[in-house]
Amino acid sequence: MSAVPVPASELRGRVTQARVVRSEWTKLWTVRSTNWSLFVAVILTIGFPILASAVISSHWAEHRHQGFNPLDPALVGSQIAQLAIGVLGVLVITAEYSTGMIRATLTAVPKRLPVLWAKAAVFAVVTFVLMLPSVLIAFFASQSILSAHHASYSWHHPGVARAVIGAALYLAVVAVLTVGLGAIIRNTAGGIAAFAAIFFVLPPLMNVLPTSWNNAISPYLPGSAGRAIIQLTHDSTTLAPWTGFALFVGYALLSLALGAIVLLRRDA
Amino acid sequence: MIEARGLTKDYGEKRAVDDLSFDVRPGIVTGFLGPNGSGKSTTMRLVLGLDRPTKGRVTVNGKLYAQHPAPLHEVGALLEARSVHTGRSARNHLRVLAQTQGIPRSRVEELIDMVGLHDVANKRAGKFSLGMGQRLGIACALLGDPHTVMLDEPVNGLDPEGIQWIRGLLRGLAAEGRTVFVSSHLMSEMSLTADHLIVIGRGRLIADASVDDFVAAASKKLVHVRSPQSSALQGVLSGLGGTIVELEGGMLEVGGVTAEQVGEAAAANGLVLHELTPHLASLEEAFMDLTRGELEFGHAGAEQA
Repeated sequence: MSAVPVPASELRGRVTQARVVRSEWTKLWTVRSTNWSLFVAVILTIGFPILASAVISSHWAEHRHQGFNPLDPALVGSQIAQLAIGVLGVLVITAEYSTGMIRATLTAVPKRLPVLWAKAAVFAVVTFVLMLPSVLIAFFASQSILSAHHASYSWHHPGVARAVIGAALYLAVVAVLTVGLGAIIRNTAGGIAAFAAIFFVLPPLMNVLPTSWNNAISPYLPGSAGRAIIQLTHDSTTLAPWTGFALFVGYALLSLALGAIVLLRRDA
Repeated sequence: MIEARGLTKDYGEKRAVDDLSFDVRPGIVTGFLGPNGSGKSTTMRLVLGLDRPTKGRVTVNGKLYAQHPAPLHEVGALLEARSVHTGRSARNHLRVLAQTQGIPRSRVEELIDMVGLHDVANKRAGKFSLGMGQRLGIACALLGDPHTVMLDEPVNGLDPEGIQWIRGLLRGLAAEGRTVFVSSHLMSEMSLTADHLIVIGRGRLIADASVDDFVAAASKKLVHVRSPQSSALQGVLSGLGGTIVELEGGMLEVGGVTAEQVGEAAAANGLVLHELTPHLASLEEAFMDLTRGELEFGHAGAEQA
């Protein structure tokens, strides 16, 4: 314990967006909850399709006649993994508020917005980079199990590549949307509740509406719009793949923009 | 240099900081004193731009804190509230902050050694004792080798060795020409470290003066005297125009006269004295007097009760 700091000249450094990205990258990997959530997301994304395909394969007689879509078991895991991604996306911000870390963060980066951009970008890229190989493994593993019954899709089947890669893209957008939710709500329980409400509570609620209303509204909800990209067949109740995905990206950017306004306006 | 002008902050109906104006100058340790809840922490949050002032402004070296391109080199701050993710290790916490402005890894290691956290640097910060948390907070404050160091209640939770270390550190930083702004609710602590005092109560400025001026202005110049012939002595002292308060154990606290006058008067009247002590008000007492009952003074030089 001595009281002699090193000279200032060696340390001159400005805050840049790239440096804040680097800091947020380190933040993401130096907290246990992140490692666990992402590990769980990978396991779910790969494990569920293998399990589902194996079960389907062993009860093949029941599935043969039901208009079976081999892509359903392949991507079921990624749909469950969105829980882990969404919760972690909220936590990336709200954990800073609950622990007080946000004060250190905003003292280091008092312009504030670079922190939000960095969090969203880092988490979205990490999600996509981890989830893309996971859904690819899930697809090829499940299809090879199902191929025993000649009920699998090849990679070249129309729409398959777009749907499989789209599943990873979908999760990356969930990441951005939930980082935004965290910034808006700033509270872990509230943020997770909002995420669950948007993705899991709102869609079934639409069923109480008259069918025509339901059909008119449901495709435009964030979850269903986003999932248009991972569906092979589209009808009047679903949006076209890229239209739906573009709308989903729009929701995510809106969420991030509202989060940015809250971050700038509110006291930390 | 920190300059606050008309700084005001409301939280809903409650006014936490009320029209504060003061300068914190480089090269000395400036103590920021006030009872708990008087607005010290809020003021420091306003300096850092964590909270937005309702009115007025506060600048650091002529600019709002947020306008500095390398903020951690401008101001290093230790806030009273914990500002660490409980799940991250001390070393990683420092790294994360350092990375935002390209402060090298070697500086992180240097500070871990400097604040004495070497053995626990890889432990999660949530497991830290209050004292270890304070040391980590001080390491964060010094990370960017800042021109201005602002510490909110830095000795909280530190052991005597740590308190000694903080005092030396603050004096050393000031001697290097830095601006050092340290809050405390303990006058005794400030009397040992600070050169200048800014005193607030209920969010308002009560005093802005050097420690010496502050004591001089606030001290009452009392004399404590004890005599077996107490009532006779009281009569003599009243005759001199002294104000007398009886304390425990037959001790008299006499105001308005000097110890010399008391001694000479006792000798002239043949009275025996067992004790005679000139009593300068301590900084602590001066502070208590100032902050008691919402007295408000622009400067310590103003009339005291």
